[in-house]
Amino acid sequence: MNKNIILYGAILIFGIAAPFIFPAFKVQLSILCILIILAITWNVQGGEMGYNTFGNILFYGLGMYLCASVQVGMFFPLGEWTEGGGEKTFVHTPAQFFQGFAVGLAVAAVVPAIVAGLIGYSILGLRGHYFAICTLGLGVAAGEISGGIEIIGAGQGFTTPPFPNVDRLEARGEFFYFCSFIVLVFTFLAVKAIYSTRFKLVLNAIRDNEDKAEAMGIQTMKYKIIGWMISAFFCGLAGGIMGGLVGYIDSTDVAFDGREMGVFMVLMAILGGKGTLWGPVIGATLFHIFKEGFWTFFLGWQYVALGVLIVVIVIYFPEGIMGWLREKYPERFGEVVDEADRKAQVTLK
Amino acid sequence: MLTLQAVLDGLLLGILFALIAYGMALQWGVMNIINIAQGDLVILGGYIAYFMYLYGIHPAWGVIVSPIIMYFVGVIIYKLVINKVVDRDLFISILATFGISILFMQLMNFAFGADVVLANSGYGTTMLFDNSVTLPNSKIFSAFISIVFAIGLVIYMKKSKLGRAIRATAQNARAAKILGVDTEKVYAATFGINAALCGVAGALISITFTIHPYMGLPYTIRSFMIVIVAGLGNLPGVAMSGMGLGVFEEFADYILGTEFRIGSVFLLLVLILVYRRFKLSRKREYLK
Repeated sequence: MNKNIILYGAILIFGIAAPFIFPAFKVQLSILCILIILAITWNVQGGEMGYNTFGNILFYGLGMYLCASVQVGMFFPLGEWTEGGGEKTFVHTPAQFFQGFAVGLAVAAVVPAIVAGLIGYSILGLRGHYFAICTLGLGVAAGEISGGIEIIGAGQGFTTPPFPNVDRLEARGEFFYFCSFIVLVFTFLAVKAIYSTRFKLVLNAIRDNEDKAEAMGIQTMKYKIIGWMISAFFCGLAGGIMGGLVGYIDSTDVAFDGREMGVFMVLMAILGGKGTLWGPVIGATLFHIFKEGFWTFFLGWQYVALGVLIVVIVIYFPEGIMGWLREKYPERFGEVVDEADRKAQVTLK
Repeated sequence: MLTLQAVLDGLLLGILFALIAYGMALQWGVMNIINIAQGDLVILGGYIAYFMYLYGIHPAWGVIVSPIIMYFVGVIIYKLVINKVVDRDLFISILATFGISILFMQLMNFAFGADVVLANSGYGTTMLFDNSVTLPNSKIFSAFISIVFAIGLVIYMKKSKLGRAIRATAQNARAAKILGVDTEKVYAATFGINAALCGVAGALISITFTIHPYMGLPYTIRSFMIVIVAGLGNLPGVAMSGMGLGVFEEFADYILGTEFRIGSVFLLLVLILVYRRFKLSRKREYLK
């Protein structure tokens, strides 16, 4: 237990100090935080509940659009803003910007959770690959449809309010970094708290055998919907921050980007290890480092690398890093190992 | 008359979709994998026909050349990736083929550029009903070729040795293995045939419509939708639901506007799945 406190403290101190130690990488660090949040939320859904989804991008994009729309719409007419494109006649004062962003984030978290609750009853009745394909369809449909809606910019995109002119140049990066870091800490602690309750056991029961779980008297549908709502809540938050960070929202390339973010979150969780608390965090960090390396040094070939990476991870490494560690050092994970039994298995191979 | 136009366009388009969906049903039924890269195979087949057109050969020959090339592409993909996911969880196959799909998209983007292209067949158009309905001859040609290929494949599956081996493997892979069927070869051939079908469809699409490296995913979703509506191994059903989807899409295009066309296809998939889920849940069952 003591070791854990030291570990958490070290990570927390590092997280707070990071933007000052690596001032050039503030945006990258913020994106890393967002990616970790997405991986953790995907893991609640795909890893613990066993409902592999490609559709959490729906909540991410929804949060992004909602946060920006609220932030603009609170003070200015939204239609005129998006029509104006890049040239703005309206300028947020600092107070307006931060108030709008705060309210926007709240909306961006709550509304996706409500949407998840509403569609959850219909869609969570599907299982396995039908659920995966259905959510894939949802994500792409949302992107295509939002690309046709005029008031949020349609095909030409939506410029989020520029960061207000406060005296320090560094302020924008620091603000968004600390936003994403605080949300990350909040997400991690919330998910950790959830994982220590009966709720997680129910989710695992659903993953392992849903019919049996139902026969045991668990109202599986209720738990599935709650699980999805938790996932959607944090996804929406991450999306809202990401929208402000990127500064420009496009329906298919930024918000409902199923080809990038939608796959990334699945991949990160699987790389780190599905169904573990730390797996997604480790997976997302490694993935981000790998991705940035590729994006910088092999510009243009990044999707080729991504495609190969997906295939390799899925085929040769489906258990992820945590799964591999667990197999190697089961004692560390609190599993009781019969030494003779373990040796016997090894010789059998 | 717009209605009649939409219906005819949709039917001709739907036959093409049914051809792709037949390949999807084949591999799903035999190997139990869902191939997200299906649409990218279609687009790749289309580019083969387009390249023949660029070098002065009539793109209609692509209907013969493209499946031959695509068969080998399919077998190579099988040997490299698919044979490792055949016996595993379906989600693994979905993710792995998603990876292949991204890879293909980007490779095609490099090789052929990001422009929307089409191979002009120069077939002209046919006017029907006092010139109120315009049908490009290329669409009629493509529907005709699709039907020929579909019928040819059905006969091949019924009569040939490989066809019988494929059907046996689909019924029970283990029993087929015991009775001396080399299932590994059968799987490779199945995936190759699927890719070849995609090649035919792609060549026809490059003649009738347009192709673009990133347009693959909608074809995958369409074929998936057709298969779940029709069921595996139900060929008349695949043809019917393919044509139904084609008509739906044309109407969505006319009523909602072109920008919502792809979106409506994906939404229809969600609606169909949800409808089936509620229908089955009355009997306390779920889609398997």
